[in-house]
Amino acid sequence: MTDKPSGLFHRDRSWHPAALTPPYKTSVKRSPAAAPISMPSTLSEDTGPVFTRDILGPQDADLIHNFASEGQSAIGPRIIVYGRVLDETGRGLPNALVEVWQANAGGRYRHKKESYLAPLDPNFGGCGRVITDEQGNYEFRTIQPGPYPWPNGPNDWRPAHIHFSIFGQSFGQRLITQMYFEGDPMIWQCPIVGTIPSREAIETLVAALDMRRTVPMDARAYKFDIVLRGVRQTMFENRMEGL
Amino acid sequence: MVQKLDNLKESPSQTAGPYVHIGLTPNYSGITGVYDADLGTTMLGDAPKGDRITIKGRVLDGTGTPLRDALLEIWHADASGIYPGQDGADADVYGWGRCPTDMDDGTFRFETIKPGAVQNRDGTPMAPHITFWIVARGINLGLHTRMYFADEPEANAADPVLKRIEHQVRVPTLMGEPQGDGTYLFDIHLQGPDETIFFDI
Ligand SMILES: [Fe+2]
Repeated sequence: MTDKPSGLFHRDRSWHPAALTPPYKTSVKRSPAAAPISMPSTLSEDTGPVFTRDILGPQDADLIHNFASEGQSAIGPRIIVYGRVLDETGRGLPNALVEVWQANAGGRYRHKKESYLAPLDPNFGGCGRVITDEQGNYEFRTIQPGPYPWPNGPNDWRPAHIHFSIFGQSFGQRLITQMYFEGDPMIWQCPIVGTIPSREAIETLVAALDMRRTVPMDARAYKFDIVLRGVRQTMFENRMEGL
Repeated sequence: MVQKLDNLKESPSQTAGPYVHIGLTPNYSGITGVYDADLGTTMLGDAPKGDRITIKGRVLDGTGTPLRDALLEIWHADASGIYPGQDGADADVYGWGRCPTDMDDGTFRFETIKPGAVQNRDGTPMAPHITFWIVARGINLGLHTRMYFADEPEANAADPVLKRIEHQVRVPTLMGEPQGDGTYLFDIHLQGPDETIFFDI
């Protein structure tokens, strides 16, 4: 008898956005029409790449400084974003690679295809990354991004947000999502947020202001936990699973 | 009333958006000096075992237009069918690659080795395949699919995943087509008559 992972929990697709969400217009021609084919995960999804801290530079988790000139820093409200990467069983996931990207304090991205009239900040690039510790904790520093208008409806604005990409321990856990900020009224106006079917699910993407984690006279703190799919742990009596 | 289960819900997905490159391939997007190199651009060490292959393709929307702002990741086993991290894996096969579709012509390209057959849960072999994960503006939840090798007809015919697909007429959408020089062509159709099979794994 051996205790071995036996695949990923099935994904609750009713909790996630559907592929076709017409108020978010770009989804109309980019959404598969056929139902996805369900299958239990195999070794191909249960395994995944492992990232180690040697890929990280000293300022990777400091967006205030990682693109800034010597002695300079990015403009905007300074914040700490921290939290845990967990799986659906509540287990903290160690060594999870978390990559983030965001607009600057004026809502402008540093990207060739970006045309918003708000100016670039010469000291802000907009990307950062961190690997979780043994308990699944991560933390990075940045500036609070601004809201920005985007071409969808005639007057659609994104709430302030930070994009997150997360690797768990299985390639099948791969997830991209966005973090929003407590108290932002723009959250409830946004067609991209609105692709998520329930208010309950949306609220899990809203980071909480945490004054206890604030560094006085320096930066406020927001807590954002991320949950990836769970891995089943089952007892097997005979055949091993190849892991 | 009963006791509450300690289960959490997975964080809901949100689109990667048009600026995914800033976060995942900053050097490609022109943000240099933050990371030494973009992750996933090199998939092999000095002396990997197996046949070298190149996978090229595009991601096409329902009008047949290639996406120029998509990002793909792939994951595959070594030539013996062992995944990186498992015992006995080839240390020169990293197995994971990441590539944005070209901002001008929409193509992607991976250079790696052809994987071997991987064991399924019941111990039967799965035909050689590469897992694909596709994100982009307009894609609300990352899409999982597989590329099989069209020049492995016998292994494909016995593959447990391919066999269970009801509409066998769609199976060719999962085939990388050999071009004769180690290059495989794999176009991914998000929609339309040739819509690629995506998996809910
Ligand atoms: Fe954004």
